[in-house]
Amino acid sequence: MNQLDFDGLLTFWQQRSGDILDMAFQHIAVVAVALMIAVVIGVGVGMLVWDRPVPRSAVIASAGVALTIPSLALLAILVPAFGLGWVPTLIALVLYSLLPIVRNTVVGLRAVPPAVMESAKGMGMNPLGVLVGVQLPMAWPIILTGVRVAAQLTIGTAAIAAYVAGPGLGQYIFKGLASLGSKNALNLALTGTIGIVILALIVDAIFVFIARYTTSRGLRA
Amino acid sequence: MHKPEDTAILQIARNTSGAQIVLDQVTKTYPHQPTSAVENFSMTAEPGELIMFVGPSGCGKTTTMKMINRIIEPTSGSIRIDGRDVLSLDPNELRRHIGYVIQQIGLFPHMTIAENIAVVPKLLGWTKSRINARVDELLETVKLDPTKFSHRYPKQLSGGQQQRVGVARALAADPPVMLMDEPFGATDPITRESLQAEFLRLQESLGKTIIFVTHDFDEAVRLGDRIAVLSERSQIEQFDTPANILAAPANDYVSSFIGHGAAIKRLVLIPVTEAKLGPIGDAEAGPITVSIADSLRDALDALVLSGAPALMVVNAAKKPIGSITVERISAVLGADIPDVQGAGLVSASGAGR
Repeated sequence: MNQLDFDGLLTFWQQRSGDILDMAFQHIAVVAVALMIAVVIGVGVGMLVWDRPVPRSAVIASAGVALTIPSLALLAILVPAFGLGWVPTLIALVLYSLLPIVRNTVVGLRAVPPAVMESAKGMGMNPLGVLVGVQLPMAWPIILTGVRVAAQLTIGTAAIAAYVAGPGLGQYIFKGLASLGSKNALNLALTGTIGIVILALIVDAIFVFIARYTTSRGLRA
Repeated sequence: MHKPEDTAILQIARNTSGAQIVLDQVTKTYPHQPTSAVENFSMTAEPGELIMFVGPSGCGKTTTMKMINRIIEPTSGSIRIDGRDVLSLDPNELRRHIGYVIQQIGLFPHMTIAENIAVVPKLLGWTKSRINARVDELLETVKLDPTKFSHRYPKQLSGGQQQRVGVARALAADPPVMLMDEPFGATDPITRESLQAEFLRLQESLGKTIIFVTHDFDEAVRLGDRIAVLSERSQIEQFDTPANILAAPANDYVSSFIGHGAAIKRLVLIPVTEAKLGPIGDAEAGPITVSIADSLRDALDALVLSGAPALMVVNAAKKPIGSITVERISAVLGADIPDVQGAGLVSASGAGR
């Protein structure tokens, strides 16, 4: 394996900057789409099961099980059914995102104080009104934390998706691993890894902003 | 929604200044429990009456109250507001016309004060301008400056201020009936006293029919038009005016609930201005005077301390406006005592303990 040649790495970045940005963009895109799907499913399922003990435990347990499946194994299972590329990647990322999102949705909806629930009911709000108008906004910071965890998780996991020809910076990591010993192997692997770390930091910062601007001032500490 | 329900609710809603509430043989039994939480509870609250439910924790007073707005569904019996059977109405529609205040307040932390108060008017589909006007009016009513408080969030308010908002929110749609579950129980004594005083002043002008649950007998005496002293399974031990209950407790249970020094306790809660003051000339000018801001208890304290038969009562500007004596203080307490025999019972039961 060749030593790290910093100048070489910079040159590599210069030469392939378009390619790198393209992959970074794809990486973010697949994560964003997966998160959006997972939020819709996760928050929706959380709203359905939060006050029903049996379905609630079942949902959280199954989301937990999904998380324990190694990502490579999960992708390998998905490929025969869905082929290569975006589709199996998205499905895998959605599955991985569900646990933190569902769990935090349920926790958040249940964390609303009984007095608030009772006064909502006492004022004549129906259960759906209470859920949408009171519980969801109050649970929002907790739900958003779940989404943020899911985002970090999926940014990392998306790298593995390159194994099934998925989009993103993982392609460089796998190319690097596949060409160990060649001139650019380390550059490829490093670029993929650093890119993913930077993306993770940027996304985390974005979540700080989202949390700030979508949480009621009355709920902020 | 069925047509008859709509009309019934509208008829209840239109009567904004107090409706009659009738509870008839109301029972609540929980499954797998040998005794009922509430058993055959019957009572009529007249329009504009402030009725206090007093009793120890677990006696079923809160359960009884919560059946009126169907937070708890009765097992049997009937509840009527202005003659309409509430059990046949849509519970959510019904609750929009029954003000509900609980001890923990339960303001929505993610909404501003104005938004909190606007919840029920919004549910009722009021126009924005009508809601805004109503919010400002209510904040004024509970002595919170709308320009200062409308856009604040609950966490930025003190406990006392939050409970004022709680009361304002319950009054939002001008309901004929209010249910209050120990609303001032969680506040410190000074705040509680000022909230009680303001609440009384408010009720004088609003005239709602109010069911007010408390375990504090002094509070019941101070606020209630009539007090229902409840024991286990929400059995009514006595249901009468505060003065009559203090004067003639129906049984030992009621006496024990009144506790020691009932008369003195009452004095704490009554301002000097409640007494019929004597002429200024009755009191000699001395260093000890009574301010009109004091309670009768303070006045009594000053009388005992000075040993004088009468003391000067002065206004905020320290100008004498009258005099007070022990007799005049007693007269405030005894004003409603029906007969001498009733008064005798008080001292007899007091001496017995």
